[in-house]
Amino acid sequence: ASTLVLAEHEGGSIKAQSLSAVVAASSIGQDNRVSLLLAGSGSSLQQAAEKAATCHPSISQVLVADSDKFAYPLAEPWAKLIQLVQLKGGYSHVIATSSSFGKNILPRAAALLDVSPVTDVVGINGTHQFIRPIYAGNALCTVRYTGANPCMLSVRSTSFPVPPISGDSKSDGASISEVDLSTLDEDSIGKSRFIKLSSEETDLPDLGSARVVVTGGRALKSAENFKMIEKLAEKLGAAVGATRAAVDAGFVPNELQVGQTGKIVAPELYMAFGVSGAIQHLAGMKDSKVIVAVNKDADAPIFQVADYGLVGDLFEVIPELLEKLPEKK
Amino acid sequence: MKIMVAVKRVVDYAVKIRVKPDKSGVETQNVKMSMNPFCEIALEEALKIKESGLAKEVVAVSMGPSNCVDTLRTGLAMGADRAIHVEASRDLVPLTVAKLLKKLVEVENPGLLILGKQAIDDDCNQTGQMIAGLLGWPQGTFASKVVLDKEKQVATVDREVDGGLETLCLDLPAVITTDLRLNQPRYATLPNIMKAKSKPIKKITPEELNVDVKSDLEVVQVTEPPKRKAGVILSSVDELIDKLKNEAHVI
Repeated sequence: ASTLVLAEHEGGSIKAQSLSAVVAASSIGQDNRVSLLLAGSGSSLQQAAEKAATCHPSISQVLVADSDKFAYPLAEPWAKLIQLVQLKGGYSHVIATSSSFGKNILPRAAALLDVSPVTDVVGINGTHQFIRPIYAGNALCTVRYTGANPCMLSVRSTSFPVPPISGDSKSDGASISEVDLSTLDEDSIGKSRFIKLSSEETDLPDLGSARVVVTGGRALKSAENFKMIEKLAEKLGAAVGATRAAVDAGFVPNELQVGQTGKIVAPELYMAFGVSGAIQHLAGMKDSKVIVAVNKDADAPIFQVADYGLVGDLFEVIPELLEKLPEKK
Repeated sequence: MKIMVAVKRVVDYAVKIRVKPDKSGVETQNVKMSMNPFCEIALEEALKIKESGLAKEVVAVSMGPSNCVDTLRTGLAMGADRAIHVEASRDLVPLTVAKLLKKLVEVENPGLLILGKQAIDDDCNQTGQMIAGLLGWPQGTFASKVVLDKEKQVATVDREVDGGLETLCLDLPAVITTDLRLNQPRYATLPNIMKAKSKPIKKITPEELNVDVKSDLEVVQVTEPPKRKAGVILSSVDELIDKLKNEAHVI
């Protein structure tokens, strides 16, 4: 097997989530050759490529597509790039993480290559059999891919955690080569233009990869009160999450939403305050290792998935936690 | 301009689904079926654009067995002008749906194609991206805001991405897939439900569209996800901190 992994980079480094796709690639087979595809423009791309070359022992090659066309993660040029690289490399598998980047780009590229992708994979059984959640995680579907190469997958990063790299297992470094873009089909490139990305600046860890997540629901009642959740997160070194209800009520921006249509998280500790536990929310967090729920309503469905429940008023519980929790080392 | 909207008939979002004992799939017999919520949002957006005077006609399309007509009637009752039903007896993978849609687009020539970002049954999140790729049209997926400029023939789309909100400018014709926050779909009123009965639904088959409905994916089995074991209800914050520290070892 030979696998092309589509990676995202930021500020001269590979995004941690993208490494999950490399971990998934390694579980496809022992003799799987992994090539990492990076696209962008300028020095931060080259920096990211150098880091990528030594970031995981199973990466044998880093392919770099350097062009203004890839300055932003647009689906139109990316899909053509994947098509080009696949036609040259003849990979058996193409894998991306099912981030908003992967979800946007992989199916478009698959259509150009005339294959069906398998999205949101949570388990790999051999080279062509995969497990993916359906009906918001209320059922698990095992599918077999029977089509032509490449077999294209997007994988949930929470299902393929990246083990910490130990100092002595450092890889020798993969070769880095530039993708020849002279034959890139430019049709449809330029029909979409990046205008801007608006995001909230925060010092807290990233929701998708945090070890601890503290989430607030509608019961917080206001954006002002939601700051209590942020304070608690700060104390725990945790990321902040929110339910769809809290986002829709305007307490916090959308990118903090945990659930079927928001982020899927699986931290070591998930603490939910004033969260009722709608099916769509549970779909986004029920793989967390330890779940704590605090809710006034003893019948809230969140208690059915919580390891530790506390029936009580969050406006009393959070201040008490803030006072009694040990300081983060 | 004409807007085409693809709608899918799925198990109603409020139904608690049951996995069939033989693991062949999820029970859909005698279960309430509805229009996929993301497709409702797609149709609502098309209707709003038409009402603002920027589009002349909204065409709803659905693919699958004969009872997809019910879903199309719902769409017509919401306000779509006419509907097309591609009748297919077997389950269609997103790639096939995209190929069928492409054929319809070539006949209908819409200026905008709007789809839900995903169906809440298979949760694939693929069809919009695939049809955009096949047509060579730009795509604005996971849209939470769409602004059309008729003179410049562009759509400005806010997209919900992991890092926040991304804004793109797309040349028309384009494909847009909808996220939850884009709008609040309307309910069909009784007079509109009555009116919808006389609106045309054209029936066509994949054979007539010259598309092979083969699948390169095979369902091996469908199972229930592992259940979490029931936890404990604690009585105080002190107890909670003690458990997290000394039992779960997570703080």
